[in-house]
Amino acid sequence: MLRTIRTLLVTLVLAATIAHAQNLSITFRGVAGGVNAQLVEWITSYVIPTFEANNPGVNVELIEFGGSDEQLKQQYALDLAVGGGADIMGFDGFWIPEFVEGGLLQPLNVVGGPSVDAWEGWSQIPDGLESLMAFGGERYGIANGTDFRMIHLRYDVMEEAGIENPEAWQPTSWEEVLDAARILKQANPNSYPLQINAGTSMGEATTMQGYYMLLLGTGHFLLDEDGKWIVRSQGILDALDLYETIYVEEELGDPRIQLVQDGRNRSFANFRDGATAMLVEGDWFYRGPTSPGQEFEVANRDEVMGWTKMPAQAPGAGLRGQDFVTISGGTGFALNPNSDNGELAWELLAFMNSKEALDEAQKTQPRIRIRDDVPVPDAPFLTNTAAALGQYTTARPNQSVYAQVSYEAQLMTERVVSGEMTPEQAMNEYAQAVIELVGEENTVDLLN
Amino acid sequence: MQRRPILSLPTGALFMLPAGIFIVAFILLPFFWIAAVSFTNRTLTGRTAVNPEFVGLDNYLRLFDASRFLNSGEFGASLLITGQFVFFSAIIGQAFLGLALAWFFFNRKGWIQNTVTTIAIIAWIMPDVVVAFAWFAFLNGDGGTLNQILGFFGLPTPDWLLDLPLVSVIIFNIWRGTAFSMLLFSSALGAIPPSYLETANVVGASTWQRLRDIILPMIRSHIVTALILITLWTFNTFTPFLLTGGGPSYQTEVVSIYTYRTAFQFFRFGSGAAVGMVMMIINLGFALVYLSLLRTQRRSA
Repeated sequence: MLRTIRTLLVTLVLAATIAHAQNLSITFRGVAGGVNAQLVEWITSYVIPTFEANNPGVNVELIEFGGSDEQLKQQYALDLAVGGGADIMGFDGFWIPEFVEGGLLQPLNVVGGPSVDAWEGWSQIPDGLESLMAFGGERYGIANGTDFRMIHLRYDVMEEAGIENPEAWQPTSWEEVLDAARILKQANPNSYPLQINAGTSMGEATTMQGYYMLLLGTGHFLLDEDGKWIVRSQGILDALDLYETIYVEEELGDPRIQLVQDGRNRSFANFRDGATAMLVEGDWFYRGPTSPGQEFEVANRDEVMGWTKMPAQAPGAGLRGQDFVTISGGTGFALNPNSDNGELAWELLAFMNSKEALDEAQKTQPRIRIRDDVPVPDAPFLTNTAAALGQYTTARPNQSVYAQVSYEAQLMTERVVSGEMTPEQAMNEYAQAVIELVGEENTVDLLN
Repeated sequence: MQRRPILSLPTGALFMLPAGIFIVAFILLPFFWIAAVSFTNRTLTGRTAVNPEFVGLDNYLRLFDASRFLNSGEFGASLLITGQFVFFSAIIGQAFLGLALAWFFFNRKGWIQNTVTTIAIIAWIMPDVVVAFAWFAFLNGDGGTLNQILGFFGLPTPDWLLDLPLVSVIIFNIWRGTAFSMLLFSSALGAIPPSYLETANVVGASTWQRLRDIILPMIRSHIVTALILITLWTFNTFTPFLLTGGGPSYQTEVVSIYTYRTAFQFFRFGSGAAVGMVMMIINLGFALVYLSLLRTQRRSA
């Protein structure tokens, strides 16, 4: 009898050990040879083997995700709500507020334990970058870095159309951007020279790379100085009018790819093929998709591809009286509160953000890293964008309702570019929707 | 004579218990949960995920808010799209084409009939995702199989899923579902006593007369059953999502996709549950029509 009990106990202990085997999983939007392939490469060929070698008995698994950002967010919300999900999750910083308020995320030091606050890396990370993945005074993750948005150009296509010296071209108003697009369209009537994202299919890429870049150029923002949501303004109308000019009246951009599921990839393909010569995107577009060996590699990139600042509607008309506009966000990694190995997961996250690991990451994708002690790579594109755009940038409202307002803004642009509504009608629908979301007392109508 | 039940009441209840538990756990409880959630502003993320509030009929009123009911991406527009989708792909397409095919191959033997039946069944048993993927490639605007064929004959080559999205998903669904109705109608036709048709032949009835006076009246009840079932399935189908995701710009957003988008893309469980309730009531309407038709048939039989 005693023996039976002992056997049973041993079995139980063994089973418990197996159940607590040190397994970690990590997921983000990335596929080997596909989207974010450089990040995948760094994880699989450096982070995982090195971490496993330093921590015997630990298994780290990468779960690739090939869908869109919106689909990933949906997956996370469902995973976390039922107590599942990978231990380390690639997160866009602006998702954090609604996940936190929904009880789906916990602060790093709750999941990872006391060693989180004692981490040496915090002293190397500037406060502004730390806040990319923070909410309500708590840290929920570590960002990979921040980004900027600009107009990416195809010099070769512009030169062919007769625009001289495109390397020095810096438009100072929307009209100058349109004029260049018209010249390109005239030179090649079948092309869609200008791409400014619109529509709900591209999700946040529409808000960040499209709507904001126009709205900020009118001097407005989503919120006024008192933190009230602006539901109607001349700025919104002007931005929508520009969309209408580009996609409906002159077809300087292709309205259809704003509406389809894989539209953003199609816009990248157009740029790669030279059918689009001016594409408003983040610096990720340069670091990732168009770089050598990646999905939308632009052949002979150093010669034919460049960028210029996005101008305000007119000089001085932009946000804070600026001549040029841009906006920043950031993605990174967060810890899953459902993790069985929270402390170990933190160790892996901390390792991923160690100087040693980030130095290694610079080899697959040079960028300005979040840590001050990781040298800025010798890449003119990166240093120039940071120097030129840093002074103009702003960030999204860090509120949980933001994602829904952002969707309404995307829908508003979609209604204009699809020709369903006039800018005025679309703005009124937007106003009604935002009032429903945040309550009339938290909104302001600048046209009344 | 006294009727004696085979099982005593407690024993009978015991046998019913497992099924009863399943029905309660997987049908009744979720139903009441959804009904309850549809009166709240519950979401998956954000403050209302933790503390949902009772909002009364707000979710329903918003669904039927006349000022935007028919805007693209709203419930009314989605119902209209579903109506067209069901009418063309279920009633005209699957039922009509299925009956036509079944009749065409009725009483014919040989390899053509076998081949067509086999192909139809293969089309029907393939998994949705595989089929959708094949159709996605088939309809692709640049270089898709269909456009290569059309181009070869010098015909226009539209970007099907972009320019004619609703037509594309309707054709897709007809292709997908016709096999089933064909099988259904074939077996119905097989049940007609051969002597009826032989007699008709002897008295010199034309093809049309045979169809009108013998075949259709004989399989009337099958047609009604098939129509109701196909309509219900098509009304609830989610497969167009695999082809178009409901787009571009909501042009193929049938109500099942609308529900999904509300509940799982916007995380608005409250509104999603309200749409679910409305859909259930519509389905209930179909089911009632179906049941009452069955009853009249039984009475007249």
